[in-house]
Amino acid sequence: MIAIEIQGLEKSYKTGFFRNKLKQGLKPLTLTVTEGEVFGYLGPNGAGKTTTLKLLLGLVFPSGGSAKILGRDLGDIDVKRQIGFLPEQPYFYDHLTPLELLDYYARLSGVEPRDRKRQIEKSLSRVGLTDSGKTQLRKFSKGMLQRVGIAQAIVHDPKLVLLDEPMSGLDPVGRREVRDLVQELNEEGKTIFFSTHILSDAETLCDRVAVLNKGELKGVGVVADLLREVSGDVEVVWSGAQAIPVLSALGARCHATGDVVRAVLPERLLDTAVDALRRNQGRLTSVTPVRATLEDYFLARIGDENPKVVNA
Amino acid sequence: MTGRLLAIAYNTFREAVRDRVLYNLILFAMLMVGASLLVGQISLEINRIVLINLGLTAISLFGIVIAILIGIGLVSKEIEKKTLYTVLAARPVRRWEFIAGKFAGLVMTLTVNALLMSVGFFAAVLYVSHGLGRVDLPLLTAIYFILLEFVLITALALLFSTFSTPIFSSIFAFAIFAVGTFSEDLRGFAQMATGMTRWVMSGAAYLVPNFAALNVISRVAHDAPVEPRLILLNTLYVVVYTGAVLTASVWIFERRNLK
Ligand SMILES: Nc1ncnc2c1ncn2[C@@H]1O[C@H](COP(=O)(O)OP(=O)(O)OP(=O)(O)O)[C@@H](O)[C@H]1O
Ligand SMILES: [Mg+2]
Repeated sequence: MIAIEIQGLEKSYKTGFFRNKLKQGLKPLTLTVTEGEVFGYLGPNGAGKTTTLKLLLGLVFPSGGSAKILGRDLGDIDVKRQIGFLPEQPYFYDHLTPLELLDYYARLSGVEPRDRKRQIEKSLSRVGLTDSGKTQLRKFSKGMLQRVGIAQAIVHDPKLVLLDEPMSGLDPVGRREVRDLVQELNEEGKTIFFSTHILSDAETLCDRVAVLNKGELKGVGVVADLLREVSGDVEVVWSGAQAIPVLSALGARCHATGDVVRAVLPERLLDTAVDALRRNQGRLTSVTPVRATLEDYFLARIGDENPKVVNA
Repeated sequence: MTGRLLAIAYNTFREAVRDRVLYNLILFAMLMVGASLLVGQISLEINRIVLINLGLTAISLFGIVIAILIGIGLVSKEIEKKTLYTVLAARPVRRWEFIAGKFAGLVMTLTVNALLMSVGFFAAVLYVSHGLGRVDLPLLTAIYFILLEFVLITALALLFSTFSTPIFSSIFAFAIFAVGTFSEDLRGFAQMATGMTRWVMSGAAYLVPNFAALNVISRVAHDAPVEPRLILLNTLYVVVYTGAVLTASVWIFERRNLK
């Protein structure tokens, strides 16, 4: 089953004093998110992540294209019973306490009266706010509000959870807790779609990611595949400084410490390099793959013209 | 549907109460006590006239000011503060339900406020007149008309709130209330003009909400009866006018991008 199906969705904002200039917040985007996956939506500031989410949720109207959520068209409001959403920098009615707020939202989402109390308490405890359930929200810190935001996104036990920068404003412990929670929700069978510019979070959590820049899709795929595609450098260490010129000629960057030399070179040159070492009496100590990070991919892709699709 | 609408209405009411809206009651109570003690010096009839005029005008104006000050923020504040994101984005809430819920919530607040004031008002009347009787029934009609005023001004403030900032909305709302208070004079003026001007002016005069017809305060202060026909007409007028204004609000709000 497909959770989100985006077909050429785009958004131009009217800007300027006379609202006569058009700014493309999102260029035509086509993307599919499968049910049951954790999908990371990556991009630097201003990439169009929030715009995409607002389009999907009917907060702003598309300039073109279409999308389906859980098999239903965008205008279909009843499907929202099944969707949870955490806006970026969430803000709530600060005259309420978390218990009252979640009760309000549970009612709006149509949670059955007999399930309401249980689900409210469960979602509060999942974000670690059980003890603050009766404190007015105006007394909450930023990180606590972020947690309330996550609680309200899951209080009605949705099938699909959309999170806009869920880790922002959280300390390292909080971030780990959110990561664990995302994983837990996913294990319960929920589809998670979250935007972030913190790459390590996406790397550890996501089945697949999409990379967006300046409103344009730069790549989609399984994290491991994307990474394989960017790098594949290896670090080779040997002793025997006499081999340096030959390996430098192959394009390796060599650093010598006494007789021990360390060089980083592309994986495809590894065989040639090892042969060259043998011929020049170098004694091989180790070969280690240099792990590419999503960050490498990200930086490599951000400049690129064409989107890259790996196993999408 | 009604469940969501009521939840939104109740939340609006609760927010107003927690923002200490009902504190105006203290001011009102002081006014009533002061008035009953002060006017106690003159003759009974005059006392009554002054007290009724003062009390009902205060109930009306306090409510109108609260209606405008809260009403102009009902939608724009929620957009501004982004609280709407968690209400409309991922919940099965129709935009019209949101508008209707907000409207109902504020009218509920104003009604509770006005009823509490009315208790104080009747206590003062009782004190000054040494009794309450059939002669005081028109006072209830006047209070009913005041509630109709609140319904009308709330709808208008809410309409402005769907497209304008609070500052402009409050200017519009106070202006339209002021003009509406003189709407019968406007109609009179229009009759004096001739030709096209007369049509245009009459059109404008009839479009302005007729707050004048809803004000029977000085009439009931002089113990003049309010004909049942006026009660019926005013009720119909407010229902139709409010319906149109709310429809316009929904129409605008449904087309808005919520950034
Ligand atoms: N209401 C708006 N009016 C005009 N332009 C807008 C509006 N909202 C967004 N944009 C523009 O659209 C582009 C994408 O913005 P968006 O908020 O989607 O980025 P983002 O990826 O969420 O960034 P961030 O990481 O900073 O949250 C930006 O260039 C932004 O300036
Ligand atoms: Mg954003």
